[in-house]
Amino acid sequence: MEMHRTSLPMGILVTLLFLFLLAPVLLVFPISFSGDQILAFPPSSWSLRWYSALASNTVMISAFSTSFVLAAIVTALSLLIAVPAAYAIVRLKTAGSEFLFNLFTAPLLLPTIVLGLAILIVFASIGLLATFHGLVIAHLVVTLPYALRVLAVSLGAANMACEEAASSLGAKPLTVFRRVTLPMMTPGIVAATALCFLVSFDEVVITLFLTGPRLTTLPVELFNHVERRADPLVASVSVLLIIVTLAVVLIVDRSMGLTKTFVEKK
Amino acid sequence: MSVAATFASPSSKAPSTASLAVMLLLPIALVNAVGFIIPVLNLARMSFNEALPGGGIGEALTLANWQSLVSDGFYLGLVVNSIGVSLLITLITLVLSYPIALYLHRSSGRWRTFLTVLVISPLLTSAVVRTYGWIAILSDQGPVVQTIAALGFTPPRLMFNLTGVIVGLSEILMPYMILALLAGFGRLDPRVEEAARTLGATPFRTFARVILPLTLPGIALGCLLCFVLSISSFITPKLMGGGRVFLLATEIYDQAIVTLNWPLAATLSMLVLIIFGAALGAYSRVLRAID
Repeated sequence: MEMHRTSLPMGILVTLLFLFLLAPVLLVFPISFSGDQILAFPPSSWSLRWYSALASNTVMISAFSTSFVLAAIVTALSLLIAVPAAYAIVRLKTAGSEFLFNLFTAPLLLPTIVLGLAILIVFASIGLLATFHGLVIAHLVVTLPYALRVLAVSLGAANMACEEAASSLGAKPLTVFRRVTLPMMTPGIVAATALCFLVSFDEVVITLFLTGPRLTTLPVELFNHVERRADPLVASVSVLLIIVTLAVVLIVDRSMGLTKTFVEKK
Repeated sequence: MSVAATFASPSSKAPSTASLAVMLLLPIALVNAVGFIIPVLNLARMSFNEALPGGGIGEALTLANWQSLVSDGFYLGLVVNSIGVSLLITLITLVLSYPIALYLHRSSGRWRTFLTVLVISPLLTSAVVRTYGWIAILSDQGPVVQTIAALGFTPPRLMFNLTGVIVGLSEILMPYMILALLAGFGRLDPRVEEAARTLGATPFRTFARVILPLTLPGIALGCLLCFVLSISSFITPKLMGGGRVFLLATEIYDQAIVTLNWPLAATLSMLVLIIFGAALGAYSRVLRAID
């Protein structure tokens, strides 16, 4: 396309708006190197004291490892559950498969504050509050719709003729699935993995309803900390969170191209 | 591999398509039932249960919770306040997002990809982190207040009040608005703008008579999305409101966790869903009016 007449005022306006959009995330980095006792910007001095404070903060460290393990387990389970489901809905197309697809992705339409309360009340009566497996189930409720949607799109885009060719050449259904269908789904599986991990790792509202003093995740601990005292420690934890997110995004980008996953398939 | 196990389980015969589908869908159906359907139905029912003192819940069905929403001025104010604040946030977000979306729509190639990544990247960042960023910017030791003070003016209070909540939420919702606008900009062909210009329309006239009408579907979608997200958002109002801003979402949390009045929290949740339904109805009406 031609260099459209983007007038100077429009260019300046868009630049300012982008700065507004990115300011809160960008600001976290310099603040994490603050030497001050309290949150101030710009800081009066620079240091690594908040990183060493983070390294010796056992609550944050254990919350981080809980979040990481939780996200990994939730991601693995999401794929194990959503891959067969996507196959059944897209390929087998039994009666009511469209209804089922809408039903299984419906939790995304509900505000997390409502879903969190609803799950809290039921989990309280069956003893799943402040338990690790309770958190796994609650996170699956929000990761599965993403996984199902992404996998269904990638399965729908895959060419069925290859599968038909394989089975007409005598391959058993399971072999066809493993050797033909699954490889064709790889881009979708990579995208779903990244999405599930990030959604679970960042989930805060529902988790806030279900965690207790003995079991807490990093976003929840961060929320509790900000509510009590917004000091620069939060900035160093935030940098940690952003680095994990960036790492996941980079892995996806390396394996298949970021734009392909997040932009065009939207 | 569980996939393999599911496929191979019933003897050596190939299972019928229907029973295979049931097996493949069973796990997701279980999670959906335990974590979504049962909790939501239970929540709807609980809005008709009586709240007993000390967090107890009466078995008998009653309309008391719903009646207190109507008769208690506090809750009525809460609802009106929440809707008003959400509409204001939606409007601000639209004004801030529209130029970016228009610019993105007109750009192409690597530059467009790069800018799209910039728009999406805040979405991948936790709402807690972004709210903290706003606390840093708007607090009394932050750059905005310091600059205003250095210029010799009395700085306004930007934090722990509605101003902070509105600024923070508007920015946090911008990526959703931009993506929704872009999705609805399909009908905007640069050649149409070109034609308007060639025929002598001023830039303002081109915008008002050509660009704006063509992008109305995107505007409607973005506004629906932002309104719905804004009225149900909790993290930012809780952290930036400093306990002084009362909105539906924060009240649901307080009733559920602090006051332990689950029936009332359930009633307020149902009310949020009703407002969702109303917003969706308004949206489809607007869409029909545009076409």
